[in-house]
Amino acid sequence: MTDAALSKTQLGPARLALVGNPNSGKTALFNALTGSRQKVANYAGVTVERKEGVLTLPGGRGAHVLDLPGTYSLRARSPDEVVTRDAVLGRLSGEQPPDVVICVADATNLRLVLRLVLELKQVGRPFVLALNMFDIAQRQGLRIDLERLSAEIGAPIVTTVATRKRGLEELVAKADALAVSHAKLLEEGGAHENVWREPNAAEIRAAHREAQRIVKECVRPPERPDTVTGKVDAVLLNPVGGLLILALLLFVMFQAVFTWAEPLMGLIEAGFAGLSTGVAAVLPDGLLQSLITDGLIAGVGSVLVFLPQIVILFFFILVLEDSGYMTRAAFLMDKIMGGAGLHGRAFIPLLSSFACAIPGIMSTRVIDNKHDRLTTILVAPLMTCSARIPVYTLIIAAFIPHTKVWGVFSLPGLVMFGLYASGIVSALVVSFVIRKIFWRGTVEPFMMELPTYRWPEPRNVAMNLWTRARIFIERAGRIILPLMVLVWVLSTFPYPPEGATGPAIDYSFAGRIGHLIAPVMQPIGFNWQMTVALVPGFAAREVAVAALGTVYAVGGDDEAGTNLGALLSHQWSLATALSFLAWYVFAPQCAATLGVVKRETNGWTWPTVMFLYMAGLAYLASFVTYHVAVAMGAG
Amino acid sequence: MSDALSLAPEITDLLADPQADRGAESLLSKARKGQRGVIVRVGGQTGRSESIDPEELERRLLEMGFVEGALFEVLHEGLFGRDPIALRIDDMRVALRRREAAAVTVQYEEI
Ligand SMILES: Nc1nc2c(ncn2[C@@H]2O[C@H](COP(=O)(O)OP(=O)(O)OP(=O)(O)O)[C@@H](O)[C@H]2O)c(=O)[nH]1
Ligand SMILES: [Mg+2]
Repeated sequence: MTDAALSKTQLGPARLALVGNPNSGKTALFNALTGSRQKVANYAGVTVERKEGVLTLPGGRGAHVLDLPGTYSLRARSPDEVVTRDAVLGRLSGEQPPDVVICVADATNLRLVLRLVLELKQVGRPFVLALNMFDIAQRQGLRIDLERLSAEIGAPIVTTVATRKRGLEELVAKADALAVSHAKLLEEGGAHENVWREPNAAEIRAAHREAQRIVKECVRPPERPDTVTGKVDAVLLNPVGGLLILALLLFVMFQAVFTWAEPLMGLIEAGFAGLSTGVAAVLPDGLLQSLITDGLIAGVGSVLVFLPQIVILFFFILVLEDSGYMTRAAFLMDKIMGGAGLHGRAFIPLLSSFACAIPGIMSTRVIDNKHDRLTTILVAPLMTCSARIPVYTLIIAAFIPHTKVWGVFSLPGLVMFGLYASGIVSALVVSFVIRKIFWRGTVEPFMMELPTYRWPEPRNVAMNLWTRARIFIERAGRIILPLMVLVWVLSTFPYPPEGATGPAIDYSFAGRIGHLIAPVMQPIGFNWQMTVALVPGFAAREVAVAALGTVYAVGGDDEAGTNLGALLSHQWSLATALSFLAWYVFAPQCAATLGVVKRETNGWTWPTVMFLYMAGLAYLASFVTYHVAVAMGAG
Repeated sequence: MSDALSLAPEITDLLADPQADRGAESLLSKARKGQRGVIVRVGGQTGRSESIDPEELERRLLEMGFVEGALFEVLHEGLFGRDPIALRIDDMRVALRRREAAAVTVQYEEI
């Protein structure tokens, strides 16, 4: 064996890190290299954590690849940028700096990334520049003198198209070669030292001039610059028209969630009803039959029915995210959000919270100021997450007549829209109270790149939808199923004593617990069955629906297993139903959300504050709703 | 940068550049839709007490591409108080609030 081959086999897996400006395609590249499925979307600040993947280099050696949050500078200002800085500088405990940095650049916008490249050079790690989005550069007729650019920055360059997996082999080969030669250099003790330190304003200016000079020498302006984005923005960012379009878009989204899903939901419902009858026919009457039909099928079925709605909601969100509209919406909403004391970058975390508060809370990491970030975290769960859809839909379908308003809008869709709107308004009010009363402080600057519009990648959207649907179904299996067994056990045992007269469920644990807490909830119009359902609702909001199904089914209402909505419409007054909806606008969030808040804020203080203020608001809102409704004759 | 330049830029500019009268200097925060020109100075006070440290703001603006010599055009304005604004800075589109735009001095292109 030769020396070179020997040292090559002795090397451990190479460590590569993807670094670059936000939205340059790092995650798309990471997914293409490692076969991962991390989130890719057309706005800055999608990735907020470090993610690791593996790939095999051409020589058979393994490599760890790190995907990192995007940044304009190693001078980290927000928690996500700290992740990138620490990873590049090797400051994380127990972790060495990467062997090779892959600097990912948007080939159509080189100026800012070249300044970052100059900073990377000071770090002294070998790096390769991936000129990504090269397809767009070519379409625009952008001429880049690669040889010269490579000489200027002192690093190899590879052109890539991450979304089409072009240029990956060459990129990997170059990175591999750099890793090997760097290892050799280390052995000989000749590696470059890290001389990076936080640049001051004058140094940033100097670096800009240098970057500007390089761009002038190596890049000829595009022959066919993109004009579509400008034209689209003229409509979408029109001060009045833009806001109307945004409102219309959200409105159509909620209408669609309600109306498009209906036929599919009917099918799923029928399927579960058939299953239930089938099982009842096969199994003898008794405990096992009750467990399966009342506990499992009624419970899980009542949640899975909402799969079509969840998929439609995510479809809208994914298309908005992938097209580049999200930042425009943030632009249009900025003044309103700023008026409520929210940071400009809070919009995207809050909009993601429509899907689920957990990724929403995670993405607040792009917010630099601590108080701004905490405020956003505290109000994020007020945005109506998709787990509330089952609760809303069930109640609305049961109590709100299916009439048309002005001949076009369905009344249920309008009510749904109203519920979402109350979530948004209360988030604004709460943040106003926090920011203007408790934490008056500096107002952070708001600057945001507006990316070029792109057609959403059908494959990307389809893949993400599939992931979302799978998560929803898995949740039904992992969380809801066991909980439903528990709810069933609690509402079945113990049996009523000999000679008891009341319904059997009154004597069960669930019945007793329900009757015990019921007095507290009675002022807001809740009966004991609802109270019981709220408890497992803390684990996952949609379980409340399933639990209602089970409690009523075990309680002897046969209708519950097949059509819970119809049953509720007999059992509850309209005032009670509205009060329940109001409760769920503010409903103290699920346990998983509290867990994430604890992790992101390093302690139990903020989850506790969040729980208490939301519980308080929920109770208050239900109380007011119930009594107003009763006064208006809906009791 | 010399002291004279940072103290009285208008005067020095006039002296140094015979064409300096081609456009008036103004704060970017006052720019209206459609106006364009060149950035001549970044940094300094925004005149708002609740803003962050001016030195930090200056660095952030610089990092986002607001640098002396960059060409700009105001593309869009928000509805309420015409705030925020969307700009083209060289080749990129950026949104920012007028509050921070007050730290940027620009010179409009002669029309
Ligand atoms: N046409 C084209 N689009 C690309 C390419 N690479 C990425 N994209 C798109 O660019 C957008 C941004 O991609 P991401 O991978 O999320 O960017 P990122 O650098 O990880 O962004 P952050 O995590 O926010 O820093 C997405 O809409 C991608 O589909 C490419 O090579 N060509
Ligand atoms: Mg990313």
